[in-house]
Amino acid sequence: MTTPTLELPVTPVDPLARAIAAVGGPDTAPERELEGSVRTKELVIINWSGELDKIWPVLILSSTAAASGVRCKVFVTFWGLLPFVKDQKRIIGENWMQKMLTLMQRPGIDHLKLSKMNFLGMGPWMMGSLRKKYNVASPRELLGAATAMGVEFIPCQMTMDMFGLKREDLIDEMGEPAGAATAIEIMTEADASLFI
Amino acid sequence: MEAVEIREHLDARGLSCPMPIVKTAQAIKTLASGEFIEVLATDPGSVKDFAAWSRSTGNELVEQSVDGAVHRFVIRRK
Repeated sequence: MTTPTLELPVTPVDPLARAIAAVGGPDTAPERELEGSVRTKELVIINWSGELDKIWPVLILSSTAAASGVRCKVFVTFWGLLPFVKDQKRIIGENWMQKMLTLMQRPGIDHLKLSKMNFLGMGPWMMGSLRKKYNVASPRELLGAATAMGVEFIPCQMTMDMFGLKREDLIDEMGEPAGAATAIEIMTEADASLFI
Repeated sequence: MEAVEIREHLDARGLSCPMPIVKTAQAIKTLASGEFIEVLATDPGSVKDFAAWSRSTGNELVEQSVDGAVHRFVIRRK
């Protein structure tokens, strides 16, 4: 009885490696190997802004990625962190500066401003009316769909410290806090990455 | 085209992008491989989107028709 030999897939790293792999005949050609591979594609979004018109595409793209079988990770940092604060939280922080921050920018997914044409809340109100008129899913609905389908939201530890946010201030669906090195790792490993 | 046995029906009429796709992705998980789902949608963008979604997921778009503003898609689970 002969033991079956384990054939490792050829990864075409450079033209030379491709050429060497191709010498092995059509059965070991890199194209063939890639065609047969079942590696899941991955999308990474750095969610930095935290405004309605930025959160919306983040949630639309992340939920659609998950729906399309694309693994999706969202690194949530700076202003982008405030929409992911729990509903019941209003003023957060340990000192007056941190408290002032959440007083000026109310946290939570239902209290988003527009990056342009905000007009003291007139803009978001009109956008909300249009959204309902055209039956577009709200950021809250999209966030629910995204988390239900396994989109991974990773909060930035440094921003949490600076804003005075604790893990329990953020929605339960978020993953473990991490830092810039994690962001770099997931971005460089992903098939596409966006900074929104 | 031969008649297919539809296992699941999804009414996504009135919903805007990306909800018809998101709801289809969730609904198709209840099907076994090879079973069919029928989706109704009124989002005009869904024509291109269902084709793209089928290509990325490997689920097969076997039928597509339009009746007025309502698009009908029949998809076979991979």
